[in-house]
Amino acid sequence: MTPTFVITAAVAIIATTLVITGRNAVHALLYLVVSLLAVAVIFLMLGAPFAAALEVIIYAGAIMVVFLFVVMMVESAPVPGPDQTLKDARLWVGPGLLAAVLLVELVVMMAMGVPGVAGGEAVAPQAVGIRLMGPYLLAVELASMLLLAGLVGAWHLGRPAERTVPRPHAPAPAVKRETGP
Amino acid sequence: MTTIPADHALYTAAALFALGLTGVLVRRSLLFVLMSLEVMLNAVGLAFVAGGARWGQADGQVMFLLVLTLAAAEVAIGLALLLAVHLRVGTLDGDRLSRLRG
Amino acid sequence: MLIFDTLFGWIRPGAGVIEWLWLIAALPLAGFLLLAVAGRWLPRWAIGAVGVGSVALAAGLAFITAAAFLTTHAPGTALSQTLWPWLSSGDLHAVMSLRLDRLSTVMMLVITGVGSLILLYAAGYMADDDGYRRFFAYMDLFVFFMLVLVLAGDLLLLFLGWEGVGLCSYLLIGFWYRDPDNGAAARKAFIATRIGDAAFVAGLLVLFTGLGTTDIPELLARAVQQWPAGSVPAVAAALLLLGGAVGKSAQLPLQVWLPDAMAGPTPVSALIHAATMVTAGVYLIARLLPLFELAPAVLALVGAIGALTLLLAAYAALGQNDIKRILAYSTISQIGYMIMALGVGAVSAAMFHLVSHAFFKALLFLAAGGVILSFGGEHDIRRMGGLWRRRPVVFAGFLAGAASLAAVPLVTAGFYSKDLIISTVLAAGGTEGRLLWLAGTLGAFLTGIYSFRPLFMVFFGRTRSDLQDRPGWIMALPMLVLTVLALAGGLIDVPALLGGLDASSAAHESGALAPELIVVAAGLLGILVAYIAFATGRASILPHWLERAAHTGLGFDRLYDLLLVRPFLALTRAIRQDPVDRAFEGLGRAAAWTHRWLSATQTGRLRWYASATTLGGVLVVGAMLLLAVQS
Repeated sequence: MTPTFVITAAVAIIATTLVITGRNAVHALLYLVVSLLAVAVIFLMLGAPFAAALEVIIYAGAIMVVFLFVVMMVESAPVPGPDQTLKDARLWVGPGLLAAVLLVELVVMMAMGVPGVAGGEAVAPQAVGIRLMGPYLLAVELASMLLLAGLVGAWHLGRPAERTVPRPHAPAPAVKRETGP
Repeated sequence: MTTIPADHALYTAAALFALGLTGVLVRRSLLFVLMSLEVMLNAVGLAFVAGGARWGQADGQVMFLLVLTLAAAEVAIGLALLLAVHLRVGTLDGDRLSRLRG
Repeated sequence: MLIFDTLFGWIRPGAGVIEWLWLIAALPLAGFLLLAVAGRWLPRWAIGAVGVGSVALAAGLAFITAAAFLTTHAPGTALSQTLWPWLSSGDLHAVMSLRLDRLSTVMMLVITGVGSLILLYAAGYMADDDGYRRFFAYMDLFVFFMLVLVLAGDLLLLFLGWEGVGLCSYLLIGFWYRDPDNGAAARKAFIATRIGDAAFVAGLLVLFTGLGTTDIPELLARAVQQWPAGSVPAVAAALLLLGGAVGKSAQLPLQVWLPDAMAGPTPVSALIHAATMVTAGVYLIARLLPLFELAPAVLALVGAIGALTLLLAAYAALGQNDIKRILAYSTISQIGYMIMALGVGAVSAAMFHLVSHAFFKALLFLAAGGVILSFGGEHDIRRMGGLWRRRPVVFAGFLAGAASLAAVPLVTAGFYSKDLIISTVLAAGGTEGRLLWLAGTLGAFLTGIYSFRPLFMVFFGRTRSDLQDRPGWIMALPMLVLTVLALAGGLIDVPALLGGLDASSAAHESGALAPELIVVAAGLLGILVAYIAFATGRASILPHWLERAAHTGLGFDRLYDLLLVRPFLALTRAIRQDPVDRAFEGLGRAAAWTHRWLSATQTGRLRWYASATTLGGVLVVGAMLLLAVQS
């Protein structure tokens, strides 16, 4: 349904805009999650439930979480303490609002039946699986190798190296040493 | 539903892609650059799925799956590098990290 | 004749005069080599002995050869000796061949005879000089080249001698090289004659490519056969060779080098710049006269150049105060007479004057050397005076020389030779002949003035400077011999010797008396004017501006400086900045500039690179869209 689509698209775009203009990394990340959820809904509307599921589970569920972890590690601004209720409010009001919109839409759609697009047929996960293990088999293997490479690389790069910058809550060391070239 | 959402979905994908590109070019902090990069990848995925849905084929979703895999690997390494940079240099300012110049 | 056959016969049975021709040239060369290689270890007297003796021996041999030749061969015949082949390439087969005919005999005798007298004088004049050995080495080398020049039977060999004497002239003008002015004078001489030499080579090439040979008699025969009178190659070749002669003989417009060449030692001026090298041009034209006769326009030009030069130089001689410069301009003027004679085809008249000029001009230079020595190196005649009592030999020499130069009638050689020239040009007829005669007569008047002016100023009146050295016997003897020759030389009937080959002698016999008297009168009038003006010790009689014009030789030096020297120097200064190099450097600089600009794009900043990629992507997609839209 076109109006539904427009609303969802608007949500996605608004959320993305807030991501790229955000000052606080955590805020930006939350809006990014909302944007991803909106895109998942769009997938549903396009009749691609498998893609929608993947989007939510992997993209919003795994990748964004990793982002969050790193942001927490890198973030130089102090973590809001328990008495900063105002900040807390700022944190979740925007994203919460947008997510609520999405929820409403989703409910409406489920009530009206999740449709396909062209012939009114959704493309079922089985079809995706058949295509994957058929013509795209090589791609699957390559993707797994890519993941392996990513894994190894991330492990290697993540090994403890010399630390020149203090942890976010630790006092600064007495002498700051500049790393060599 | 009608076929219109497919074209509209592509427009949306284009808009999201442009927004993501803008984010990459405009933001200085590497973290935000990576986030914008995710936005761009997401937009591409949307475009693929929309294309597949247009013809009613599963290929679009397959491509989307591969894009997702790529994004995952990229995020892993990218963030690891980000952490390494942060630990070694102490800043995430992309403009300051310009020793590979000339 | 029997005696000569015997003389040469016992050396090698059956050998004739021609067999020893090469030796005449080889003796001075041997002298040069000996002095150059081993002269360092020879005592002074030995150096002089080798230097003078080699040429004296050559002179002796030359006289014997000449006597043998003249008595056994009729005029117009020649002897040829081919030494060895030289260049052989394509059609060019130049050989080193010597040719003895009456013309080269006369030249040979003058060169070796007068040359040995001058060298004897020089042994005394240069006695105190550090470069004694170098001097005689160069002089011997010069005599060698000059003999090669006159004895050459092949035009290329003649050119070899031509260039060689140019080289020796340069070496000897700049003999006292420590003074940069001498070097400059030597360079000037070399460059001015170089211009003539370039013309010579061009002419030689025209002759060779047109006629296919460089052998002189063969060349002349073919030219007469193949080239009609007035044809382009003949005119071109003659004109170019005239250019060469003009350069070497210091005629208009290349006369500028000779006055400055007086920077060299006086014996050098006597030998090279009076008696021999400067007469090479006259010899060349005389030798190749049949070629010139094929180009009447050029011949007329020859006459005109001769006439103009003799007048200009005579005028310039009036304004000089350096005794040697007066004689230099006088030489230019007298050679002008010879050239003028050649212009009407009077070879024997020209050669006669060449011989008598060699005598009296060499004598004048030697006497001038005596004067300079007596006044301790002074050249300016205004600072001299009263020398006749104290240096009688020098005085006698100078008087005889000046008289001969001014063509004092009957008693001097100069009278007979100059008179022959002037009457011959008149007899050549036409307006041209009369104009040339007028020039010659006017020149005689001027000659009288300028030749006796130094005589009066140097030898009479009161002595303005102190006297120093007196010339010794070694200098006095040659002067005396030349004095006799300058006076009695007219008795050597050179024209008859040369066989009266041309119309000049005939004209002389039948000439009217009146023009001759006018000429004689002109000369005597000049002497009279000189006496009235200068015997009282006055330095000049001309108004100031005329005097300046004469002194600077009518401004030719200034003209050439403006026209040639300055633009050339400006050009060298411009090129000094290496403009061509700059162009190539520009390539390097452009590359470096490009590098700098391109490097600026490598900022190392992520956003910059991302933007660049985006821009590229946008352009490519845009192009694709445009193409898609069009089609």
